[in-house]
Amino acid sequence: MKHFVFATILGGLLALPAQAADYKIMAPAAPGGGWDQTARTMQTALQDEKVSSSVQVVNVPGAGGTIGLAQFVNQAKGDPSQLIVGGYVMVGAILTNASPVTLDQVTPIARLTGEYEALVVPAASDIKDMAGLVEKLKADPGAVSWGGGSAGGTDHITAGLIAKAVGVDPTKVNYIAFSGGGEALAAILGGQVTVGISGYGEFESQIKAGQLRIIGISSDERLEGIDAPTFKEGGVDVSIQNWRMVAAAPGITDEQKAAITADIDKMVTSKTWQDALATKGWANTYLAGDEFKAQLSKDIESTSAILKDIGLVK
Amino acid sequence: MDTFALLAQGFLVALEPINLLYALIGVTLGTAVGVLPGIGPALTVALLLPVTYKLDPAGSLIMFAGIYYGGMYGGSTTSILLNTPGESASIVTALEGNKMARKGRGGPALATAAIGSFVAGLIATIGLALIAPWIVKFALSFGPAEYFALMVLAFMTVSAAFGDSSLRGLTALFIGLALGLIGIDLQTGQARLAFGIPDLLDGIEVTTLAVALFAIGETLSIAATPSSGDERIEPVKGSVWMSREDWSRSWKPWLRGTAIGFPIGAMPAGGAEIGTFLSYSVEKQLTKKPEEFGQGAIEGVAGPEAANNASAAGTLVPLLTLGLPTTATAAIMLAGFQQFGLQPGPLLFTSNPQLVWGLIASLLVANLMLVVLNLPLIGLWVRLLSIPRHWLYAGILVFATLGTIGANPSAVELGILLAFGLLGYLLRRFDYPIAPVVVGLILGPLAEQQLRRALAISQGDLTVLVHSPISIILLTLAAAAVIVPLVMRARGQGKILSQLAGDED
Repeated sequence: MKHFVFATILGGLLALPAQAADYKIMAPAAPGGGWDQTARTMQTALQDEKVSSSVQVVNVPGAGGTIGLAQFVNQAKGDPSQLIVGGYVMVGAILTNASPVTLDQVTPIARLTGEYEALVVPAASDIKDMAGLVEKLKADPGAVSWGGGSAGGTDHITAGLIAKAVGVDPTKVNYIAFSGGGEALAAILGGQVTVGISGYGEFESQIKAGQLRIIGISSDERLEGIDAPTFKEGGVDVSIQNWRMVAAAPGITDEQKAAITADIDKMVTSKTWQDALATKGWANTYLAGDEFKAQLSKDIESTSAILKDIGLVK
Repeated sequence: MDTFALLAQGFLVALEPINLLYALIGVTLGTAVGVLPGIGPALTVALLLPVTYKLDPAGSLIMFAGIYYGGMYGGSTTSILLNTPGESASIVTALEGNKMARKGRGGPALATAAIGSFVAGLIATIGLALIAPWIVKFALSFGPAEYFALMVLAFMTVSAAFGDSSLRGLTALFIGLALGLIGIDLQTGQARLAFGIPDLLDGIEVTTLAVALFAIGETLSIAATPSSGDERIEPVKGSVWMSREDWSRSWKPWLRGTAIGFPIGAMPAGGAEIGTFLSYSVEKQLTKKPEEFGQGAIEGVAGPEAANNASAAGTLVPLLTLGLPTTATAAIMLAGFQQFGLQPGPLLFTSNPQLVWGLIASLLVANLMLVVLNLPLIGLWVRLLSIPRHWLYAGILVFATLGTIGANPSAVELGILLAFGLLGYLLRRFDYPIAPVVVGLILGPLAEQQLRRALAISQGDLTVLVHSPISIILLTLAAAAVIVPLVMRARGQGKILSQLAGDED
């Protein structure tokens, strides 16, 4: 232990002269959620890999991240040491909350991780596969209740996309919003709703224990270690990824942006980060630069279309 | 191996000196953050999570468990002494606890809270070890309709806490219900009553409202009353310890509080607050000294405190058996499990029995540690009240403000705190009870969401609300809670009832 402390101090001292900027990462969510965990994992990886000597995480919870985003845009302007974590949920929240600030006002750096949506039914359900669900949905959309996270979030959007893809009016989707994946899981296990839709990680242990049956996953290709067909294989042309990203402040120079991107790149390839992804079950969907920017604007466009179809955004 | 052999093995893990040290750090930190309003156990565990990368899984989870129990316990100290609830689960404790403290009975109030927490934690943790699978089955049988029935029962029983005027009580309740509407509606994602202020999108924070109404409101009201000479609160009258009578009035509420808090805590949408409300109303109905309720009845501290600690253990039931976190702290503990590559869920008990039983054993150890640490401190805590009044209330004001700002550094939040502090003063000035406002804010949104979920699933068919035996039983109990007092009043026992209702704030 003593050696360890000594080594840490020594390591810290040695690293000091070569130090890049210290970072302050905003997690626009309460402690414990996905964005908070992403920010704190970044903190650990950046520090342990000596990319930065001191990284601070600040939580500004509220309204799907839009409160944190607004504060970030106002306070961090031109400050290259400030970062914000965000994700796909923010895209929808900005639209449904009619947020005055949007993702156009920050400098996107990279997409870091992603999770795919899983569609599950209780083990005792008479729905065996995607075709069975589609049949029920077409017969009477209202009779199929979907349990997932809050209205307008990724889960709700996916449900809407599925309905639209099979020719069912998305406004007829009987979506039951729960305050989080855990509460939704309880309702699905208790047979209170017909199907459950949320990130695969929420259901993983129940699927493995045989209490839930997975009937589809929202990735383009089958995923390793997950014995489930994709939505597309089930005849529903929908693919969606609930990604998480990191963005920098508005109004920074191109050099500053390049330096941050280099730091994040170093972090993403580090062993600490890779190990953390493995233990947390996060898929590495790292995508930086202009490619990410293009992907982002595509997502914003399609999300705004589906939210209008569901009737959440006018 | 049977349960007891596993538990014994768990104790071997928990009693290792290094793990005892982690438990000690955990309960100490937990108590400290529980005392501070706003800074809850969730934030503390989140802050510590990166630190524990270096520890072994057993050690760090033991520390988290200590923080969790400690936080539940610490919240009661400020509730009782300063009328400033540190956590939403200790709001009810302030009702009777603070009255007791002001009568010089702060010592027994803190003692019954500490021992009650210990007893409840002990029984509930043993319950967690022995009957978790059954409790989980029961909890999962609660759908939106059953939850709604539970909320109706809670509404009906807490109306007993309305004071002598139902009109004033209902007015206060409806203020709370109206405040509960503020924010984004979960079912449609649309903002309600936010008036374009982004900070209102997530609604009014319960602890902010409680601290404002209780602590700030009272401070203003004290400041507005002309001082009449020597009005110092006598910190200790009689013994600091519980008398024989205190013991005999406390043990039953402890057990009842545990019986109420544990299953409700295990329910995915139960939460600690509802258990404390129900426990308080039960004690009020069953007490032999109804006239003391609202004036500092020890049962009103013993029951809810036991209920909130039992529900903390209850929360671990779905976490360990289903991998289902039902509170923010549990969600972070889940992240802690995952960090070590463990997936809580149906398989955890069989795949990692050593860790699970080590955790359960260390919860028992943490529980004992809490009571040992805190009982001797009671004498010190009650000295707080010997601080001259103007200093004491100035201190409370600083403390309440710092806690709120610490939890959410925003000017709007501070404005909300002060505005509701003013509301608290006005309610006091015109004799309206305070508690129903907070009750409305907590229960209103829960009841609304569950009702709407139930009706959406049934596609508008109202009979869904009475389709299961559980909801029928709960609704019948709720009806009885309203009708029985009416009948009693009609039979000329109104006097006792109005005394029973008493004035409370």
